[in-house]
Amino acid sequence: MLRFIFGRLAVLIPTFIGVSIIAFSFIRLLPGDPVMLMSGERVMSPERHTELMHQLGLDRPMYIQYFDYLTGLLQGDFGSSIVTKRPVLDDFVNLFPATLELSLCAIIVAVLLGIPAGVLAAVKRGTWLDQSIMGVALVGYSMPIFWWGLLLIIFFSGYLGWTPVSGRISLMYFFPQVTGFMLIDSLISGQAGAFKSALTYLILPTVVLATIPLAVIARQTRSAMLEVLGEDYVRTARAKGLSPFRVVGIHALRNAMIPVITTIGLQVGVLLAGAILTETIFSWPGIGKWMVDSVFKRDYAVVQGGLMLIAAVIMIVNLVVDLLYGWVNPRIRH
Amino acid sequence: MSTAVQNTTPPSGFSEFWFYFSRNKGAVIGLAVFLVILVLAVFAPFVAPHDPSIQNREVLLLPPVFSAGGNWSYLLGTDAVGRDILSRLIYGARFSLFIGLVVVTLSVVSGVLIGLVAGYFRGKVDTFIMRIMDIILAFPSLLLALVLVAVLGPGLLNAMIAISLVNQPHFVRLTRAAVMTEKSKDYVIGSQVAGAGTLRLMFLTILPNCLAPLIVQATLAFSAAILDAAALGFLGMGAQPPTPEWGTMLAEAREFIQRAWWVVTFPGLAILVTVLAINLMGDGLRDALDPKLKRS
Repeated sequence: MLRFIFGRLAVLIPTFIGVSIIAFSFIRLLPGDPVMLMSGERVMSPERHTELMHQLGLDRPMYIQYFDYLTGLLQGDFGSSIVTKRPVLDDFVNLFPATLELSLCAIIVAVLLGIPAGVLAAVKRGTWLDQSIMGVALVGYSMPIFWWGLLLIIFFSGYLGWTPVSGRISLMYFFPQVTGFMLIDSLISGQAGAFKSALTYLILPTVVLATIPLAVIARQTRSAMLEVLGEDYVRTARAKGLSPFRVVGIHALRNAMIPVITTIGLQVGVLLAGAILTETIFSWPGIGKWMVDSVFKRDYAVVQGGLMLIAAVIMIVNLVVDLLYGWVNPRIRH
Repeated sequence: MSTAVQNTTPPSGFSEFWFYFSRNKGAVIGLAVFLVILVLAVFAPFVAPHDPSIQNREVLLLPPVFSAGGNWSYLLGTDAVGRDILSRLIYGARFSLFIGLVVVTLSVVSGVLIGLVAGYFRGKVDTFIMRIMDIILAFPSLLLALVLVAVLGPGLLNAMIAISLVNQPHFVRLTRAAVMTEKSKDYVIGSQVAGAGTLRLMFLTILPNCLAPLIVQATLAFSAAILDAAALGFLGMGAQPPTPEWGTMLAEAREFIQRAWWVVTFPGLAILVTVLAINLMGDGLRDALDPKLKRS
């Protein structure tokens, strides 16, 4: 197992270096140079330009600049915003819980609905139930979620008036951020109605973000179950006279879960990509909206740092999923 | 004495394919819908009732024909500057299908070439290529596409390049895995012993036997490309207004969400129907081309 862990870590290092090279070169691929980007619309004299370039170390050879950048990264320096001058890492740490809360809720919804739906479809293979579940799943899988979000807003916020349109909690409530998770913080605050308010704000974005993972998990569970249900040990279990629930729920599902766990792990990237759209539609103050806003504000230092941080998060999650997978399925380790 | 006439010739490749494909009703429906969209897109100038960019100031935000205040000459209503939504959707089909085609071509050609090299030569080349693919996959695809477009400048062409780049690792991985399985099989070794050169082995011996999963993946990439391009258009980084691209139309319609549901509903519905039709076809193709599933 230790060897397996170190093997995975060893693969991570070149990927990390590659990602940092991409993030480093991104800002240099833009038209103009970083100093011109910082000055924005203002006119700058050539002398001042040279001076600033020297001051920021941008006149040194590229590899030295990259090395400095990498050293900075390893010390937790991800640059500072051109607009607000705040360190990118601080903003990221502040905004990340919002995205994490939304993504966790979405993946929980997707797993809780997707796995039973897939199991049901597999058990009732070929019936109208199977066909309707898979039909709905395919629609969900094909859904342009930015449009889906708008439709839900039109119906639930506009027509029925049940849910708010944007933000994380009603402006009526104010309490200190303890965990950064609005649902938990609102409970801790003890203010009446705060939790309910946070929940109503969370519900539509969660549905939107959960749509695609839910469809993918349901489809994957169905096909994994179908494969497993044809195995000899399932027939044996049936022949022994075990209840159908026990056969499907214990014997089959446990073995079908291995590919499903991988699929769930792979949804992290999907969730973060989906968060970009979902957060933009619902003005959810997380890292997805932050990145889009920074691209539009041409705050490329934030884009650069954010790119690096998001890639790091994905790499870490993938590593954890890989290790979990190796732990669940010992064959993988060799 | 009469003898039963038996047709002993094996079915042609296509009829065998069609036999399996047509068993999946969803796939046939998907194909039919896709063909309708294709015909509409090709003949857009003849089919569309109005010019997609003509603004009629008399009919701003006109509702569709079936709701109160609708007008038969604007079946799906008009947008905020009085353009016919139906005509814009029909012209939009051209963009979406074109985007899908270009992205799939770019990512399949480059992905298959790179994957073939990695899977055939293995060793350091393989490790190097796969690490680069890992790096691309370490970013959420839409974010990477968004940033690439920010570097290259917003627009349809750059959006297509960016989406191709983020799509390509899937083809590299798939080709590499397929090539690695095929390479050790007897027919490849036989052909190698018979003196076939490297290029012949790669492109004529191995590649045709790796096509099935690639075709399925290409279908999925086609629909994913349409979705991604629409998402970029929606974020304002894809096709620029007044292009009647579906995602861009949605972005323009966002501010009328409370007043005019039809401006928001129809472009998204067009995206959903197109993507769904292609995905249905993809499922059918998988059933028809995947020998493992055929016999189950």
